[in-house]
Amino acid sequence: MSTKKFMYLNRRAPYGSVYALESLEVVLIAAAFDQDVSLSFIDDGVYQLVEGQNPEGIGMKNFSKTFHALGDYDINQFYVSAESLEERGLSLDDLMPLVWEDEDDDWAEKPSIKVVSNVELTKILSEQDVCLSF
Amino acid sequence: MKISIQINEGPYQHQASDTAYQFAKAAIAKGHEIFRVFFYHDGVDNASRFTIPPQDDRNVVNNWASLDIKNAEGEPELVVCVAAALRRGMLDEGEAGKNGIDGNNIHPAFRISGLGQLIEAGIQSDRLVVFGD
Repeated sequence: MSTKKFMYLNRRAPYGSVYALESLEVVLIAAAFDQDVSLSFIDDGVYQLVEGQNPEGIGMKNFSKTFHALGDYDINQFYVSAESLEERGLSLDDLMPLVWEDEDDDWAEKPSIKVVSNVELTKILSEQDVCLSF
Repeated sequence: MKISIQINEGPYQHQASDTAYQFAKAAIAKGHEIFRVFFYHDGVDNASRFTIPPQDDRNVVNNWASLDIKNAEGEPELVVCVAAALRRGMLDEGEAGKNGIDGNNIHPAFRISGLGQLIEAGIQSDRLVVFGD
């Protein structure tokens, strides 16, 4: 099977609707298909990566921990909109420290999250073969 | 061109499924191939054989069925995500049996399958078009 560039565009908060959770379910399946996978987070989607989520009080499962596992599946390209973070009073320091191990660099741990401007994100999106928007 | 479609919203509440249907119909009329239509999120509700819209309204489920989208083996290529379907009470005969439920509601023009079918559609098709909010 050929390799394509798949982008998962996450635009919604992690709780309040099911889009974020079911997007992550697609990403986990995608990991098995050996494709070039990236994720981007814009608008309220940036909340999906915030560190220290605790939705217990609203009876929801904290699925944010799953993001930590994605590095092990070679899913390590997370693009976060700088503008969306700033509009919400957030910065990179508020996000989960997601890492992956680079086997070409003696398994050094490297950050998966990259904060990019919307202009840069537009360029990244235009380079994709398939863009799934959630 | 080989086109696949993803539908993320249910029928009647939202126009995504109607618009996707019009798009698919127009694409087929222009000689394009619809490789697969994948129903996800509340989109799985588009596959219910139990919908009864008022007589003067369109029938979204039957509209999809009328397109008769099948693969070379004759299987429907209107594909409903199994995980999304089960948590929303959409079952075919097999899933009903497996889960001990005394009924099923998937229209025979559709079939239940896994999310891998969505990824495969993205790989195999020239375009994957997503309809939803």
